[in-house]
Amino acid sequence: MFTERLTSLIAIALVGLVLTGCAGKKSQPTDAGADTGSAAPTPTTTDSPPPADFGADGQPIDPRTGGPLNRTFYFDYDKSDLRPADLAVLEIHAQLLSRNTGKTVVIEGHCDERGTREYNLALGERRANAVKSFLTSAGVAASQAESVSYGEERAEDPGHDESAYSRNRRAIVTYR
Amino acid sequence: MNTPRVCFTALLVGWFTLLSGAVAARTLDTIVIDQGGRNPIKIGVVPMRMDGTLASLVDPAEIVGNDLKFSGQFAPIARDNMLSMPARPEEVIFRDWRILGAEYVVVGQAAREPTGALAVTFFLFDVPGQRQIMTQKVTGRADQWRDIAHKVSDLVYEKITGVRGAFSTRIAYVLAQNEGTTRARYSIEMSDADGERSRTIYSSSEPLMSVSWSPDARKIAYVSFETRRPSIVVQDVTTLARERIAAFTGINSAPMFSPDGRQLAMVLSRDGNPEIYLMNLSDRTLRRLTRNPAIDTEPSWSPDGQRIIFTSDRGGKPQIYSLELATNFEERVTFQGDYNARARMLDDGNLVYVHRNAGIFHIAWQDMRRDRVVVLTRTNLDESPSVAPNGAMLMYATQARGKGILGVVSIDGSVKYELPSSSGDVREPAWSPFMEPLAGR
Repeated sequence: MFTERLTSLIAIALVGLVLTGCAGKKSQPTDAGADTGSAAPTPTTTDSPPPADFGADGQPIDPRTGGPLNRTFYFDYDKSDLRPADLAVLEIHAQLLSRNTGKTVVIEGHCDERGTREYNLALGERRANAVKSFLTSAGVAASQAESVSYGEERAEDPGHDESAYSRNRRAIVTYR
Repeated sequence: MNTPRVCFTALLVGWFTLLSGAVAARTLDTIVIDQGGRNPIKIGVVPMRMDGTLASLVDPAEIVGNDLKFSGQFAPIARDNMLSMPARPEEVIFRDWRILGAEYVVVGQAAREPTGALAVTFFLFDVPGQRQIMTQKVTGRADQWRDIAHKVSDLVYEKITGVRGAFSTRIAYVLAQNEGTTRARYSIEMSDADGERSRTIYSSSEPLMSVSWSPDARKIAYVSFETRRPSIVVQDVTTLARERIAAFTGINSAPMFSPDGRQLAMVLSRDGNPEIYLMNLSDRTLRRLTRNPAIDTEPSWSPDGQRIIFTSDRGGKPQIYSLELATNFEERVTFQGDYNARARMLDDGNLVYVHRNAGIFHIAWQDMRRDRVVVLTRTNLDESPSVAPNGAMLMYATQARGKGILGVVSIDGSVKYELPSSSGDVREPAWSPFMEPLAGR
């Protein structure tokens, strides 16, 4: 587990090193043929340019897949603990934000409809703050992340069964 | 004020349509749920003799009959069963009413005064005792016609039950339409307690919640997400002027006016997690009441303004606590069920709150002296209890047939109504304080 993490961190660090060697932190779509900035050939072992941090929509790219980085994290009923399976992705977010200190995120916290609305507003904030705490513990500046709770007011799924409820108990990270 | 233990039976089934002589749209319908088991007071509310110039107005007797039926404590006699239709005391034949089992009969007439004001004069009779026990003339403008009728209901109700009538009160609630779509629309609606004359106080594309009335019924406070964060707004219900009074970092929510109207209890998470504060409305200074890492929320006031009742999960799950303002002494108040929240204190010191048992959310009533908990509702996902100012009825939010509706239940749980809206989902009801619309407020 630790070794896996270490390997991921090293991989992320390497990607980071390559990217900081390239032109700026401006979001741009991955473009297979483009030269990303250096005039002289650099001693890299790959022919294709390294992937950009962010896609055309301003939201992050998952360096492991080249597709969008997951930004929605789900929670159990009445709980605000992050799920272990989400921690790897959250670490990628932390690295992205540490590397792009001009970027900020809004973290929205949400609940399913059960329970009172005001308590759910507070629980939603707890969920958003769970994500924010993870990021700040991983080195992200607190000023880069803002928590907002919508309680149960902005359900993803309007259904009244457990399947709908599980989709509504979430925190969403959105880059600005 | 103690609710009298009047015995009654809910005889009524099916749709309960109210004729509207008023102008505005009706947002809420009323479905009566048949409960059975108690005996409502049979009363004859006789169609009133209306002056010819008032032909376009609804008969006040219809409104009075509906009001009394709505309380669950009266069973108005159907017009078709009435043997005579008196309008003046000398026309009342008591035998005609004894035969029908009526305990009381109300007769009256409506006329236009020389001043142009409209007047309803009514007479209330005790049938077994064969005597008149009340008469009064109620006057107002044409646009106050329904208020005149509701005043008659209040007077009759109080004379017979000893409890002040709440028929002249208003309710405010949230209407949500097209939720979950880009066309989502939320509004604060206000209507008479019977659902008539509803009007929009504020409308937004962002959610609204937690409506609270000021004690003089001139303003409401609520939570709005119009700035993409929860903030507290106070709005005048007549001028519609709005003011955002709490927009600190984090949550600003759960506003509740104090009984003297000078303070607003609220929840702010600006200091790290949701805590309860009191804001002085004249100078906007804050007094922080709770200090702990748990969620503290949903403050409400004791009627004497000396205590705050609130929800806290400091013990692991949400439970109700009480805080004495003079000493800051806090104590837990609920011990049954694994989730108790959003409490409101009645005038007699007892509580109603949201109570979860075996995973189901209901409204419960707790006798504070005898530590007895009674579940009042049988619907599901019940929340937001709001008590009528006379303590006799309770309105709350629930779900039926896949949509949000309001429910009404008598405080002893025996009478139940559903108030759905054809316009959308309705929720977050707030019953106004006592009002005197004919006196200008």
